[in-house]
Amino acid sequence: MTRQTFVERSFLAKNPSVLWFILILALFTLGVTVLSEAYGVAFLSTSFVKTLGKTLCLCLVALAMDLIWGYAGILSLGHMAFFALGGYGLGMWLMYARTEEIVVAALAQGGLPATPEEVRQGIAVQIFGVVGASEFPPIWAFAHSFWAQMALVVLVPGGLALVFGWLAFRSRVTGVYLSILTQAMTLALALYLFQNDSGLRGNNGLSGLQNLPGLGDVSQDALSVWFFWASAFALGAGYVLLAWVVSGKFGSVIRAIRDDEQRVRFLGYSVEGYKLFVFTLTAVIAAIAGALYYPQAGIINPAELAPIASIYLAVWVAIGGRGRLYGAVIGAAFVSLLSSWFTGGRAPSVPLGFYTVNWVDWWLVLLGLSFVAVTLFAPKGMGGLFDLWAGVRSPDRKGAALGPDDGALMEREAKE
Amino acid sequence: MTALLEVSGVSVTFDGFRAINNLSFSIGAQELRAIIGPNGAGKTTFMDIVTGKTRPDAGTVTFGERSVSLLSLSEAQIARAGVGRKFQRPTVFEDQTVAENLTMALKAHRAPWRVLFWREGAADRDRVQALAEEVGLADALSRKAGELSHGQKQWLEIGMLLAQEPRLLLVDEPAAGMTLAEREHTTRLLVEMAKTRAVVVVEHDMEFVRRLECKVTVLHEGAVLAEGSLDHVTKNQQVIEVYLGRG
Repeated sequence: MTRQTFVERSFLAKNPSVLWFILILALFTLGVTVLSEAYGVAFLSTSFVKTLGKTLCLCLVALAMDLIWGYAGILSLGHMAFFALGGYGLGMWLMYARTEEIVVAALAQGGLPATPEEVRQGIAVQIFGVVGASEFPPIWAFAHSFWAQMALVVLVPGGLALVFGWLAFRSRVTGVYLSILTQAMTLALALYLFQNDSGLRGNNGLSGLQNLPGLGDVSQDALSVWFFWASAFALGAGYVLLAWVVSGKFGSVIRAIRDDEQRVRFLGYSVEGYKLFVFTLTAVIAAIAGALYYPQAGIINPAELAPIASIYLAVWVAIGGRGRLYGAVIGAAFVSLLSSWFTGGRAPSVPLGFYTVNWVDWWLVLLGLSFVAVTLFAPKGMGGLFDLWAGVRSPDRKGAALGPDDGALMEREAKE
Repeated sequence: MTALLEVSGVSVTFDGFRAINNLSFSIGAQELRAIIGPNGAGKTTFMDIVTGKTRPDAGTVTFGERSVSLLSLSEAQIARAGVGRKFQRPTVFEDQTVAENLTMALKAHRAPWRVLFWREGAADRDRVQALAEEVGLADALSRKAGELSHGQKQWLEIGMLLAQEPRLLLVDEPAAGMTLAEREHTTRLLVEMAKTRAVVVVEHDMEFVRRLECKVTVLHEGAVLAEGSLDHVTKNQQVIEVYLGRG
């Protein structure tokens, strides 16, 4: 009896959701491949495969949000900024290399081989003509190199999170003040990128990202499936990584920080160090998700960094269920797919006689009401449905936190 | 006997209110000490200063053989140096099991990177088991801490402090809200702990202090009013006036 907790159990045995998740993700990937236009029976359109691939990227960033918010208790409203920065990072290389192909082909028609200087000049005019410039800004110094830009995808958002987090956490900014601070960071970054002289083409953003350099012969039908596979792999890897992070003592410490950070300090843990670690790790995961998302979207512009995007992210995680990784994935997938259905104009309008509910306009109202309803009546979110299904009843504590009140159902009894 | 903790000439002011006034205090390496005093005497502020939560305006606080100044360290660094603190209200992590609470407190590396790769070994399991037995929670290891009774939470917190293996333990009103049987258990725990380390108990309850049978320091208006055995200080005329006389 007394030794029951200490049965040696492997990581997977302790986290059955990991195997289930990988299994479902693998079946889903297989299913989409079989139904795709390029490799299957062409039941799903290429644009829908892209939508599904993008959704997987959103699920990955939602996982990151769940780690920082659901587990560590830090409501960051800046993670979609890291997501977009990752997209810009890879987008710069995609746009440079693709434009280079076009410029080289155009110059080759002139007869004489073009000098590297001419090529570079040609690319600059092509890319920056739209903002009235013809020179490469300094931040494009590595755009010609795939590997350098891939490194920047991780280093720039990671570095920004490290510096911002260090300043914020060191000053012990917590709770709603930290949320406001992260939102301010996001807004400042978006406003900066909207400027034409930001070096990233202002509000035009980067476009044509769906064309992969050197793969002009490969159809979008095939490319969409390739990116879908890459997104599925990244989501699976991200899930396993984060499940491992939260399963051990580290997970215990960050949940403890969420519940009572002062007490954690008196245990000898440097709370600021942990917060910074989680903030930076999740920023990097968000950036990788963004780098996979935008080639499927084809275009990125500063509107993607608007604070509202990060608020949506928080809404997905809340609706899906905070503090459980699969909850975040379910929330992101369900709400973002539903959102594109409602706002895509395909949802049938509801005629009420005196007024017609047009979902393009009313979807946000519905989403807002669902968010309020989930927060008030189902704080466990959609993930809580699994508890119902598994027969895990929550001890009824009349709204109080855990307590030893007479007759209250104990956690252990509830699970039996 | 050299002192483990040496507080000298410490003063702290909150918005003009002098909470601690030129306080000096020292405690040996294996000593049990009770601090008593009326509300507002500065008992909690004293603990806040030693654990790094509050910075004093003047004075020095040194700890250990090498007389490390605690004033330049953060709360977490002070805790790692060997100062443990038990709060008045039991503060355990209610959403986690007793075993998880104890494991978190076990003496081990505290840096995020080390904790990330830390995996429980047989020695850690035995230690957690032994600690749980010591505080009488061996049957409750897999229960969530939030389900424990008030007294059990207090013991869990004491178990967590033991797991930290501190050299100095600051305990704020350990007997508050406990039944008589629970108090006796707590008294035994504290006396046992003080055999291998310094323990400072802040307490209101005179009966409880009497059971501890240790040296007593009386605080009043942020300074030491009297020091000695309980019988000695309770005979002190000033102490009777400011504290006991009111009861």
